[in-house]
This record gives sequence, C-alpha cells and structure tokens, in this order.
Amino acid sequence: MSRIHDMGGRFGTGAVDPDDNATFAKTWHERALALNLACGALGQWNIDASRHARECLSAADYAGFSYYEKWLGGLTDSLVAKGVLTLEELDAGRGDGVSPLTGRALKAENVAPALAAGSPYTRDTDAAMFAVGDRVQVRRPARNVAVSGGHTRLPAYAAGAVGVIELLHGAHVFPDSNAHGLGEAPEPLYAVRFAARALWGNEAEADDEMVLDLWQSYLEPA
Amino acid sequence: MQAFRLLARYVGKFCAGGKDVSCAFVTGHEMPLAGWTWAACLWQGHVMPHDHDHPHAHLPSDPALRVKALETILTEKGLVDPAALDEIVDTYQNRIGPKNGASVVAKMWADPAFREEMLTDPMPRLKEMALYGRQGEHMVFVENTAEVHNLVVCTLCSCYPWPLLGIPPGWYKSDAYRARSVREPRKVLSEFGVTLSAGQKVRVWDSTAEVRYLVVPRRPAGAEGLSQEALADLVTRDSMIGTGLAREPGA
Repeated sequence: MSRIHDMGGRFGTGAVDPDDNATFAKTWHERALALNLACGALGQWNIDASRHARECLSAADYAGFSYYEKWLGGLTDSLVAKGVLTLEELDAGRGDGVSPLTGRALKAENVAPALAAGSPYTRDTDAAMFAVGDRVQVRRPARNVAVSGGHTRLPAYAAGAVGVIELLHGAHVFPDSNAHGLGEAPEPLYAVRFAARALWGNEAEADDEMVLDLWQSYLEPA
Repeated sequence: MQAFRLLARYVGKFCAGGKDVSCAFVTGHEMPLAGWTWAACLWQGHVMPHDHDHPHAHLPSDPALRVKALETILTEKGLVDPAALDEIVDTYQNRIGPKNGASVVAKMWADPAFREEMLTDPMPRLKEMALYGRQGEHMVFVENTAEVHNLVVCTLCSCYPWPLLGIPPGWYKSDAYRARSVREPRKVLSEFGVTLSAGQKVRVWDSTAEVRYLVVPRRPAGAEGLSQEALADLVTRDSMIGTGLAREPGA
C-alpha cells in the first residue's frame, strides 16, 4: 500500500555514515532549498501537497536521486501541475513572459519575517476521543482512505500495532486531506508509544520503545 | 533545428523503450522531448531507469544545472527574486543553526524553572526568545535520563526542528538512518560511537506530524559552576538528535 518514501524498518540500506555531516554539501543544495521555500510563498500548494509531490516521484527516481534532487523533482512537477510553468518553458530553459503570480514573489526583505512567522498547524476542534494512558490500535492497512495512493503520515510499519497514548498534541491539520485540496479537516493528534517488539518482533530489545505522532482517525480503541 | 528536434525525438523514444514519450502526468498532451532533455536521456538511459512521465525530466540531468535552469526560468517569470534566495541561504548558513538549541539546553541545565517550562509548555517562551519559526511551530523537548535515551528520526521524509537546529545534516536525510534508526537504534547509535549506560532503554521518536522533537542530553559530570555559555559549548547538534552525548568539560 505504501510508496517508496515509507522507509521505516527497511533492510538493505547499509550503514549510516556519520561523516555525511554537512548541511549543504554542495552549493546547489542550498539553492534548491531556497527555491523550494521561495516557490512555497507563491501560495499554490501547502506543505502536505509538497511532500506528496516528492512521494509521487517514480520509485526509480526516488531511489536514484540525492536528497535535494527529490526536492527539485517534486518542486518542478508541482509548478507544472499547478500551471505556474509549462513544459515548453522547462524545455527551452526560458520563461515565456511574466507570470500573473509575480505579485506574490517573496522579496528579500520579507524572508526573515516569513521564516519567523512560521505556520502553525494546530486548530480548534472537538475534544479528543482518547486520553493519556489509553490503549489504542493503529488501523490497518496504512493508507489514505479517501484518496487511493494518496498522501498519509501513517507509516506502514505501525499498521495494526497496539500502543498507549503518551501525549495529546491538540487538533492538527490532517495531511491525508490537506495534501489533496480536500480541506484541513483537523483531528486530534497524539504521540503514541509502542513497545519496540510490538513493531519489530523479538529482534528488538525488550524494554526499548518507539513513539509516533498519529491522528485520531488512524487509531481505534484497543 | 528540425534535425535537432528529430534527433531529440528519436533519442526520447529510444530511452522510453520505443514508446512515444508523453508527459501525461499533468498536462495530458503529447510532447516530444526537446532541448537539453535528450542529452539527459542519452546519459541516464544507459545508467539508470529514468521516468519521462514527470515534468522534472524536462530539465538538465546534472542537478547543479537543473537548479540553475529552474532559477533562471522562475526569475524571468518574476516568480523568484534571486536576492530573496540569497537571503534564505544566508539565514540557514549563518544565522539559524544548532547553537540556538544548545543555548536552550544549557539554560535548561542551569535553570530549573526554565527547564520545567520547556518540558511542559515551551512555545510561549521560545517565541519570546525569537526561537520560533518555520518547522519549529510545535516543539516538544524529550529529556535523557539514567533510564531513557531518546533518539529522533523522520522515516517518511526529513522533519527536523529548523529554528533550533537549522537544516539537517546529510546522514539524517539518508535512507540508512531513516530505515534503520527505528528498527535497530542501538546498532545505529554504535555507528555514531554512542554507548548507553547499563539499564538505559532507547525511545525512538518518529516525527510523523508537524510536532518537532529535540533531545535534551544529560548534563555531563563536572559541569557544575560553568556559565551558560560554557555549558552550551558542551551541547552538540548530534546530542540534541540523540545520536550523540553532551561533551565532557575539558574534552
């Protein structure tokens, strides 16, 4: 059910390289980050849609691309999907006239205020169904129930597992809906604690634990 | 030019295994490969499977050139101001980084009331301290103790508390870290040279929402009497992700 980005627990990735330490290993990495932030300011998509655009890269591209190539791929696809750029412009390497969105372009003097303003994801909604200490079961399979192959923040490895509510975060925008232009549909969000063995079997240490942030509709009483 | 287009079209078909190449993903209309795409195709067609159904395949294959091309197009259309890009880069190169988080951790070590505030309701105070912003709207501090060692990951992408730690290092965004830190955190910790105390359990936090977690490392022995600035020097970036411990004074 999941896409290639859903990596938790996957085998075959090799060792972690702590020396791969730089924030921006190459100059174009910082430019790619900046382009993503600047284009986000055009207001044509939200953070969940931009994540989904990266997730929709083909499996071969996702695996073969370096990190910021994934960002560039998702960004380019989104710009064309939203009609901000055309394929002809990409092919030509030239912009064909000034965009009607030019008034929204992020100006240098607005960068610091925009970054400092942030974008809170909490919303006022109904009370939570679960309380700290409640036992819950993650629904299975891990998928977007409204959009086939759609965006979800429910990792495949957690599907079906039983855990305990650790923290209440309040109601947050629901990515499964927000990524697809179906509205923010805020839901209570919880940090849910699992025994590592409930997720990974007896290869995990007996006392080790994992915590995931999960929306209410990902959970059922257990 | 016509010959060039024909060549481009031929190469495009070659790369797509003989199928007519279209970009139906978003536009729904057929579009021959042209411009520099064919060069990308020549290179990538033999090296790796390449997906021409996505618009990003219409940009140069070399990623540095790809960024440059996109910036050029967007600038010509009045959608991007290169000075704004410079400003964003400067912010995350020089102004926002792990020193922010280290100052908060040092203050938590030194000031019990502040520590309590950070562990219960940190956002009002972080806003006052101008440590609020993009990708740090909802912070949760998780404290290491004699019983628990915390480790933070984002298995689905690369979520990270930007206002306190800046932009994540390469390894944090790697497939290996995303895949393995949840399944075998102790092995991953050993790859970072971290040895846990006997009896310490590991608690891994997978950042699946817009909540951002920051690990508060244990204050090392011998740090009594140090100024907050000196304490902050002991707090490494990795110690706030959980792949490191705080430095020993004098180490």
